[in-house]
Amino acid sequence: MGNDTKYKARTFRAVGTRPVRPDGIDKVTGRARYGADFSMPGQLVGRVLRSDVPHATIKKIETAKAEALPGVKAVITAKDLPDYTDGDEELYAVLDNCMARKKVLYDGHAVAAVAAVDEKTARAALKLIEVEYKIHKHVTDVDEAFKPSAPVIRKDCFTTGVKPRPKKASNVSACSEFGHGNIKKGFKEADVIIERQFKTGQTHQGYIEPHACVGSISPDGSGDLWVCTQGHFVYRQMCSQLLGMDQSRLRVTSSEIGGGFGGKTHIWIEPVALALSRKANQPVKVVMSREEVFRASGPTSATSIDVKMGVTKDGRITAGEATLRYASGPYPGSWAQLGAMTAFACYDMPNVKTTGYEVLVNRPKTTAYRAPSAPMAAFAVESVIDELAKEISMDAVDLRIKNSAQEGTQSSYGPVYGPIGIGATLEAAREHPHMKAPLGENQGRGMACGFWFNFGGQSCTSLNIAEDGSVTLTVGTIDVGGARASLSLVVAEELGVEYEQVKTVIGDTGTLGFNEMTDGSRGTFASSMSAIVSVRQAIVQLKSRAAQIWDIPVDAVEWKDGHAVATGRGAKNRQPLSVADIAASAAKTGGPLAGHAQIVADGAGVSFATHICDVEVDPDTGRSTILRYTVLQDAGKAVHPTYVEGQFQGGAAQGIGWALNEEYIYGKDGRLQNPGFLDYRIPVCSDLPMIDTQILEIPNPNHPYGVRGVGETSIVPPLAAIANAVSNATGVRMTQVPMSPPRVLEALDEHLAMSRRRKRA
Amino acid sequence: MRRYDTRDIAVQYLAPQTMTEAVQALAESKGRVHVLAGGSDLLARMKGGYLEPDVIVDIKRIKSMSVIKKRAEGFSIGAGVPCIHMGRHSALKKAWPGVVEAAGLIGSDQIQGRCTIVGNLCNASPAADSVPALFAAGAMAVIQGPKGERIINIENVVKGPGKTSLKKGEMVERIQLPVKQARSGDAYLRLTPRTEMDIAIVSASVNLTLDRAGTVTEARVALGAVAPVALLVAKAGKALIGTQLDDEALETMAAACRDACDPIDDKRGTIDYRTRVAGVLATRAAKLAWQRAGGK
Amino acid sequence: MSLLIETTVNGDQREFVCEADETLMDALRNRMSLTGVKEGCGTGDCGACSILLDGELVCSCLVLGAEAAGRTIETVEGISDGDELHPLQQKFLEHAALQCGICTPGFLVAAKALLERNPNPTEEEIRYGLAGNLCRCTGYDKIVRAVQAAAVEMNGES
Repeated sequence: MGNDTKYKARTFRAVGTRPVRPDGIDKVTGRARYGADFSMPGQLVGRVLRSDVPHATIKKIETAKAEALPGVKAVITAKDLPDYTDGDEELYAVLDNCMARKKVLYDGHAVAAVAAVDEKTARAALKLIEVEYKIHKHVTDVDEAFKPSAPVIRKDCFTTGVKPRPKKASNVSACSEFGHGNIKKGFKEADVIIERQFKTGQTHQGYIEPHACVGSISPDGSGDLWVCTQGHFVYRQMCSQLLGMDQSRLRVTSSEIGGGFGGKTHIWIEPVALALSRKANQPVKVVMSREEVFRASGPTSATSIDVKMGVTKDGRITAGEATLRYASGPYPGSWAQLGAMTAFACYDMPNVKTTGYEVLVNRPKTTAYRAPSAPMAAFAVESVIDELAKEISMDAVDLRIKNSAQEGTQSSYGPVYGPIGIGATLEAAREHPHMKAPLGENQGRGMACGFWFNFGGQSCTSLNIAEDGSVTLTVGTIDVGGARASLSLVVAEELGVEYEQVKTVIGDTGTLGFNEMTDGSRGTFASSMSAIVSVRQAIVQLKSRAAQIWDIPVDAVEWKDGHAVATGRGAKNRQPLSVADIAASAAKTGGPLAGHAQIVADGAGVSFATHICDVEVDPDTGRSTILRYTVLQDAGKAVHPTYVEGQFQGGAAQGIGWALNEEYIYGKDGRLQNPGFLDYRIPVCSDLPMIDTQILEIPNPNHPYGVRGVGETSIVPPLAAIANAVSNATGVRMTQVPMSPPRVLEALDEHLAMSRRRKRA
Repeated sequence: MRRYDTRDIAVQYLAPQTMTEAVQALAESKGRVHVLAGGSDLLARMKGGYLEPDVIVDIKRIKSMSVIKKRAEGFSIGAGVPCIHMGRHSALKKAWPGVVEAAGLIGSDQIQGRCTIVGNLCNASPAADSVPALFAAGAMAVIQGPKGERIINIENVVKGPGKTSLKKGEMVERIQLPVKQARSGDAYLRLTPRTEMDIAIVSASVNLTLDRAGTVTEARVALGAVAPVALLVAKAGKALIGTQLDDEALETMAAACRDACDPIDDKRGTIDYRTRVAGVLATRAAKLAWQRAGGK
Repeated sequence: MSLLIETTVNGDQREFVCEADETLMDALRNRMSLTGVKEGCGTGDCGACSILLDGELVCSCLVLGAEAAGRTIETVEGISDGDELHPLQQKFLEHAALQCGICTPGFLVAAKALLERNPNPTEEEIRYGLAGNLCRCTGYDKIVRAVQAAAVEMNGES
């Protein structure tokens, strides 16, 4: 009991059932309040002026005309956001990204903002702001930016992680390396070696709700921020730092969130809204347009990856090497590092080496996107494994099973694995009927595996029992897709009450201690661990109150099935007391009943998945159709299985979009050509089949119920699974995503031309 | 310093009840005057700030323009008719399945409830779905203006991307489809990466008439998204006449289509891809049209 | 130019004032507090602002507020019958057809229009009928199943 959060096998009563989520009713009736649905009395409309050039020095910003427009209450530029970052380079990058200080670094970079009485006036005011630029050469492609001859975006960028430190500035901000063994030796042992280059387009998280917030700074310097976010405590921390406020002076309330997938772990418009409010002395609401969302928020890295792998004839992988170049936007990132860590994580690699390069480009600042950086690395590695299997005439599943990591394997990024599920998902895939289903003409099947670390981190929860015995769990980790249902289930389980008796709510930053964001698939894992600790604290209270009521020593009270049960002499005469019974006399026994927990939720178990995909390719147009899709993933313990399935399906669908059609397209002028849902093509309902799921449960030893994060891993395998399927359907290896119709047809043509040439020769 | 005033940017909304009022409104309004039919292009462009009308003339209150009529000279489709009504009109669907399918591909059900083929035409996008089908069908545009009515071939309405031949005060009142001939059939196909909610990378429409023996006597082949405007490819049509769509005839037609293409590389597709797939889609559309015309 | 518009919203006679170029979506959200109508794109590409206008499914972002004069509007707020949820709402809850929920109002309105037109849709008809509504969370699987289940219930087969 207490703070011991190790896994103990048990039979579940509530966990594993599938009740209706508590916040559901508001969401099907239109009542739920999202970022843009909230208004403060007297609020103004804020709008941001964005750069239409990709790289330039700001020579002058003329705001007088805008300020003179009746109805305009404030116009701000970087001057109104003074630098409080105190040498913190990462935070300075955030500040500079929120409002360009000296240079604009991408198409869409914010340069000024206005607050006005209404939308029309705000729009008119933006047109009256004149910005004078000195244009510089730009570079948007990751491989171009990597070249020594590329225009250097930051004169102060010297590659870290290489020795000696370079004397010349470049667009490579950092280099990182992982691995063990001796790859030279490993490749010598191989019978077959495959080496390939891969490229992936830049994708956006594509949440349907644009960023939105209402900010208010009072004359005394205290503030309120209503915002859609994946982490209101982190937003408070960053906004207060950038505005030079004490953290506790800013209260941040999270709205319902209309999707994030990593994109709402970062601030953009929030400090701007607060700075506008401070200047106008009125609340200011800022809502991004869809175009702004694409041009200025979110995206993941575009990448270029080289992979080399060797295998023996009998299917033992002897060595693997990968060089990964990830674009991070115009600010340093650590995205290639994550790619380098995850690339070979599914396998027991005797000899492995990965090198990641962070590359600056004139595109928006890269932000996390669901298992950030892992899908691209998996695309490259899993494609090569597919080819290796073909070369040695071995089944692709069997090759993977033979080389899969196990408990005790040293991972390619360092740590030794505990109990893990990669082998189990592969075995399940091999036995799945999908694997044996017949395929028609122009159809192919592919499969691939994926890994994600998962994360836990700081969590703080409060459990409060009302006078009638009903229970409120207050958490500080945002619910992005059903976590409140899962957490109510966990409380019901641990306390021994009914699900309906528990209500889980998200507290604002004034109600709880710091909570990390909903990232790293930590929401249910970390909050449930903290909730369990909270319940256990409350049970201590409940038992002591029962002891008082009965006037017996507290040691003689047990907690069983949601009741205090007396033991020892005279126990028979004492009817067990329910939570409601004890709560009814709380006023007389010591006041409100509560349980509070503040923990660091360590030990988030790593997560693995295997995906199977059937695709049909039209050989005359290069257009691909997904015919069938199956996800098999380890959930540790599925608290609410329906929402676990939902995470599997959603990640797969995003991966399908990435694999087939989604990509940022930049023109020669360095401007984004497709900042809208019409030409940034996320899958629509008719593009997809049903997505079959199979939940495996290999308990995480570091969670009381064995829970692992499930949210992110499902986006890791699809790129490779679909590429392998397309390759199997057409006989042509696809090395670039998205595999859009023009790209596939071109690859088919090249292949045809090559085989004709071969025949002639 | 000059005071700027938001009143400078006030927009006027007019909802005429008759054709005459509409033409008058268009002719007399000053500044940027835009017709609002379905609004699916106009409002989207206003949202992005790409277009800022001074006057919006909503034509959907004009009853005569909101109907599909079967006349002696063929079907007439008013400028205010949402495409979803075309899909629900069984006689129209039976006569011109290609035209109706093309109109039905413009956007989602939500868009279908608003968008119109006249709007699709006058928006003058090279990739407009309904336009190649109207070209292949041999449709006419009935134009109303201050000087009265004029009727022109559909090919003469659009002059270039975003440009039409309409003069100040003029509007297209309706589209006139010819009477469907016996043993004829039309078809429209497009290539989009997604199944729905997409813009054609390339499209093709074919309208065929057969004799009793199943030989093509008339053929019109049109392409979309492969040039600044939709193309009626006379050579491609000619290649089918006198044939029963044997492979050689189809390949000659496809080659004529490819020759006619003058596309651009852009975010949606490449020159090579558009050119090549134009032939593929024209071939598939021809086979479908032939089937619909009763070819066996 | 401001206009006074009289219209019927979810069965109630309503009046609102709007600018000539103001969308019906903005009017519903900002002038009538019907924030169940969501803005995902403002250009008709996501369907989050779907409403029924004289019974026809449309994106309210592609309709001017002024056009609503004399017409009938139905939003997600008008779908349930008092405190009795519409079968679609109930099935969306039971099937977990929503994760973040931002697209849900649009899906419910679109699905209602679909089932009114076609009470027995095939999976393919559901998928094409809902293709104007983007969902980024669910992969659509559970949405399609919820609509199928609602259709069964509405046809009295359960």
